[in-house]
Amino acid sequence: MYAYLIRRILATIPVMAVVAVFVFSLLFLSPGDPAAIIAGDLATADDIARIRERLGLNEPFLVQFGKWVFNLMRGDLGVSIFSNLPVSKLMLQRLEPTLMLTSTTLVIAICAAVPMGVIAAWKAGTFIDRGVMLFAVLGFSFPSFVLGYLLIYTFSIKLEVLPVQGYTSISKGFGPFLNNIILPSLTLGMVQAALVARMTRTSVLEVLAEDYIRTAHAKGLATHKVLIGHALKNAAVPIVTIIGVSFALLIGGAIITESVFAIPGLGRLTVDAILRRDYPIIQGVILVFSGAYVLVNLAVDIIYTFLDPRIRF
Amino acid sequence: MTATTPAAVIDIIEPPKPIGQQIVEFCRRNTTVVFGSILLLSMVIIAIFAPFFAPGDPLALAPARRLRPPSETYWFGTDMFGRDVFTRTIYGTRISLIVGISVSFLSTLIGLVIGMLSGYVRMVDAIVMRIMDGLMAIPGILLAIAMMALTKASVENVVIAITIPEIPRVVRLVRGVVLQIREQPYIEAAQSIGTRFHRILIKHILPNIMAPLIVQATYICAAAVLIEAGLSFLGAGTPPNIPSWGNIMAEGRTFFQIAFWIILFPGLFLSVTVLAINLLGDGLRDALDPRLARRM
Repeated sequence: MYAYLIRRILATIPVMAVVAVFVFSLLFLSPGDPAAIIAGDLATADDIARIRERLGLNEPFLVQFGKWVFNLMRGDLGVSIFSNLPVSKLMLQRLEPTLMLTSTTLVIAICAAVPMGVIAAWKAGTFIDRGVMLFAVLGFSFPSFVLGYLLIYTFSIKLEVLPVQGYTSISKGFGPFLNNIILPSLTLGMVQAALVARMTRTSVLEVLAEDYIRTAHAKGLATHKVLIGHALKNAAVPIVTIIGVSFALLIGGAIITESVFAIPGLGRLTVDAILRRDYPIIQGVILVFSGAYVLVNLAVDIIYTFLDPRIRF
Repeated sequence: MTATTPAAVIDIIEPPKPIGQQIVEFCRRNTTVVFGSILLLSMVIIAIFAPFFAPGDPLALAPARRLRPPSETYWFGTDMFGRDVFTRTIYGTRISLIVGISVSFLSTLIGLVIGMLSGYVRMVDAIVMRIMDGLMAIPGILLAIAMMALTKASVENVVIAITIPEIPRVVRLVRGVVLQIREQPYIEAAQSIGTRFHRILIKHILPNIMAPLIVQATYICAAAVLIEAGLSFLGAGTPPNIPSWGNIMAEGRTFFQIAFWIILFPGLFLSVTVLAINLLGDGLRDALDPRLARRM
C-alpha cells in the first residue's frame, strides 16, 4: 500500500517534466521569430531585440532551459513582458476567484449529477431516464459562452433577479458572493454535470445487474438503501475517475466562463495575456493548471484505495 | 469471430437482404444516427452554398444601419458596424466545419500511426506514452492558446493548435486496442508464417481499430468545433477578417445588453452543430461498438 503510494507520487515527476519541456520548447518550435510575433505588428527593431533579450532567446537552448528550470524550482515563474511584475505574484492576486468558481462548480455539478445518474439507472428505459440522457447530450453541446449569455439574458436582463457580471469576494459576505457566483457556476457546471450524470448512470446500471442487488431487494431492504448503500457505493470508482479526468475541461471552461462573466481570475489574466501576447504569463498559467490537474488525478488514485478495498497494489 | 457463432451461422443460411432494405433497417434501429446526420448534412449544405443562402457580403460595412434588431430584411439583425449577422453566421459555418473536419482527420491519422507503433513496438511505447501523459496533463484549450500566442492568427494555425492536444486521446485508444489484439492467436499465426510487420499492422490490426476510431473521430470533431469557437471568442483563434461563430460572438459581447441577437444566433448555430455531431457519435458508438456503449 505505502509502496504503491510512493510509486504513484513519483510517477507525477516525469509527467510534469514533459509538461515543462513542452511548454518551454514551444517558444523554439513555433515557426517564425517568436520575439517579433510577441512584439506585434507596430514594433520597432529595438522592441523586438528587447523582448528577445527578456525571453533569453539570445542564449543557446540548453542554457536557457537550465536557467528556466532552476528558477522554476525556486517558485520563480518569470516576469510579465507587459507589466514587468513577477508572474507568480500576478497569478496569486487572481487565484481566489478561480478557486472559488471551480470549487463551487464542482460541488453543484456533483450534487446535481450523481442523484440524476442514480435515478436514471434505477428507472432505466423510462422517460425519466431519457430526460437525463437528453440533458447529458445537451450539456455537452451548449458551450459555456453560449449558455452563459443565455443565463445572463434570462436571469439578469429579463427577470432582473441576479447581477449581470462581476465577482464579490467571499470575505465580503456569503450572500453577495453567492449572488455573483451562481450563474457562472451553473454555466461552467453544465458539461461536468452532463459527464458525471452519464457515467453514474452507466456505472450504477452495471452494478444493478449483480446478484447481490437482487439479494438485497429479496431480503426486504428499502429501495433507497439498495441504491445508495449497495449500488452507488460499488459504482463509485468510475464516477470518481471521470471527475478527475474532467478536471481539464473544468479549467478550460473556467477561462471562458470568467471571460463571459467578467470575473477577475486566472482565466481573465490568461485572456489579457493573449491580447498582449504576454507569453511568460501564459507559460505560468499552463504550468500551474497542469500541475493542478496532475495533483487532482493523484488524489483520485489515492481515493480509490479507500473507496474500494478490493483494489490492492 | 469464428464460424461457429450463431450470427455467422444465420448469415450462411439466410441469403443477404438487398442493400436498400439493409439501410432502411439500420436507420430504423439507429434513429440518433439519422437525426444527427440530417442536422449535420444541412450544416454542410449551408457551408458549401453559403453565397446562395446569404447573397450579401459578410464583411460589408453599413454604419447607417447599425445594431438593428432582427427584422424581415435582417433576419438575425445587424451588428455594431451594420454588418448583416445572418450573412456572417452562414459564412461562419464554413470555418467551423473546415476546422472540425480537418482536426478530426489529422489527429486521428497521426494518432493512429503513433498508437499502432507504440502498441506494437515495446521500445517506442515507453517513450511515447510518457510524452502523451505529459501532453494529456495540459488542458487542451490552454495548449492551443499558448500555440496561438506564438504564431500568426490563421485558420491553418488554429487547426494545428487544436490538433496537437487531441492526438494523445487517439494514441491511447489505438494503443489499448493494439495491446489487446497482438496477444491473439491469429496474430501469432500470422507472425509464424512470416507475415511482414507492416502487413500485420494493416491487414490484421487496423480493421479492429476502425470502429472505435470512427467514433472517437466524431467526438474530436465536436470538440474541435467547440475549441475553435472558444479560441476565437477569446481572441486567440480565427483572424477577425474571417467571420467565424466565435469571432462574431466576441465582437458582439460588448453590446450584448442592448443587441442580444449578435451573440444569440451564432451561438445557436454552434450549439446545434455540436449537438448534431455528438448525436451522430453516440449513435455510431451504439451501432458500431456495443462494448464501448456499455462502458460510457
